[in-house]
Amino acid sequence: MNRLKEHRTALVLLAVSLVFLLTGTLLRGEHEVVLEKAIRICLECIGIG
Amino acid sequence: MDKKKHGAKTHHTTQKKRHAIQLVWALLTNSYLTGFLYGKIYTGKLKQLCVPGLNCYSCPGALGSCPIGALQAVLGSRNFKFSFYLAGFFLLIGALMGRFVCGFLCPFGLIQELLHKIPFFKKIRYVPGEKVLVKLKYLILLIFVILLPLYAVDILGQGSPWFCKLICPAGTLEGGLPLVFLNEALQNTIGFLYAWKNAILILTILASILIYRPFCKFICPLGAIYSFFNRVAIFRHRVDPKRCTECRLCAHICPMNVNPAKNPNSAECIRCGACIKACPAQALSHTFTKRTEISSHTTSSAPLPPSSNGY
Ligand code: SF4
Ligand code: SF4
Repeated sequence: MNRLKEHRTALVLLAVSLVFLLTGTLLRGEHEVVLEKAIRICLECIGIG
Repeated sequence: MDKKKHGAKTHHTTQKKRHAIQLVWALLTNSYLTGFLYGKIYTGKLKQLCVPGLNCYSCPGALGSCPIGALQAVLGSRNFKFSFYLAGFFLLIGALMGRFVCGFLCPFGLIQELLHKIPFFKKIRYVPGEKVLVKLKYLILLIFVILLPLYAVDILGQGSPWFCKLICPAGTLEGGLPLVFLNEALQNTIGFLYAWKNAILILTILASILIYRPFCKFICPLGAIYSFFNRVAIFRHRVDPKRCTECRLCAHICPMNVNPAKNPNSAECIRCGACIKACPAQALSHTFTKRTEISSHTTSSAPLPPSSNGY
């Protein structure tokens, strides 16, 4: 019980994080934008674009 | 063996263990060897997942995505003005461990630490104005990672990853140098921006020899994000005021210039654990250790070690 109290804020944030992750991936497909960007050489990152 | 020598020895052993974890993690998450051989990058599905640390997704070995690059990609895309995916990711990692990521799971943090091991006749322990300069990373996060990708858009409504483009030395080192070296087509396209980013990289390397983790202290937007969570993360530090003798040994050894006895969950703490090991009264601990009762032999104060913090 004490442990739960000690980590109350973190547990709330973890719950919110799961909701956000599900919304971002399942409902909005943001992970596809990330994949699209990450599988092509990022010209900005390497100093060309 | 006297107390001071014993303290220095345990300190070095814990830091060696931490370096081993940093190295294994960096190798594991950058283990696409074909990329290094042929000047290519990994293009598999794993790249939709982010790694916790700053790790350029255009590094030939990278198996995952850099969260700062990913955030700019989503904010800069036409379809989104907020990223639930990345906000969720930062909340998840932050709530679990805060800047523990910086101490253990970030390849660019490790690179700076290794550079700082290069001997130099005068290392800089405190940068003048350091207390103010550490706030710079929040400004960089706001301007280059959030506002510019959101609002500095082209006619199609597409924004650029401005932090990657103008600042990030990790991208130059992990992506720019190896890819341009291995790829003739890219060699023909380099220009002013490449020179600019290399100049920033050289500056970062030189500064890292003199100062412990200057990029992490002053510039890194990812460290800035995780720093908000240090106070509430499941993994955090605590100080037992009944045990603390105010000897300041912990503050003396901290490479990030934190005073853990006063502020064990400072936004600057990267959870390297040096202070916990250094405390002769065992007044410092973290949430994964059990609190033990005070016994008289643990509360004596010890002399300060010589001026170096051992990094
Ligand atoms: S501050 Fe940034 S570069 Fe430094 S260790 Fe943390 S995430 Fe990595
Ligand atoms: S406060 Fe302790 S754990 Fe945090 S950076 Fe300083 S020495 Fe490392």
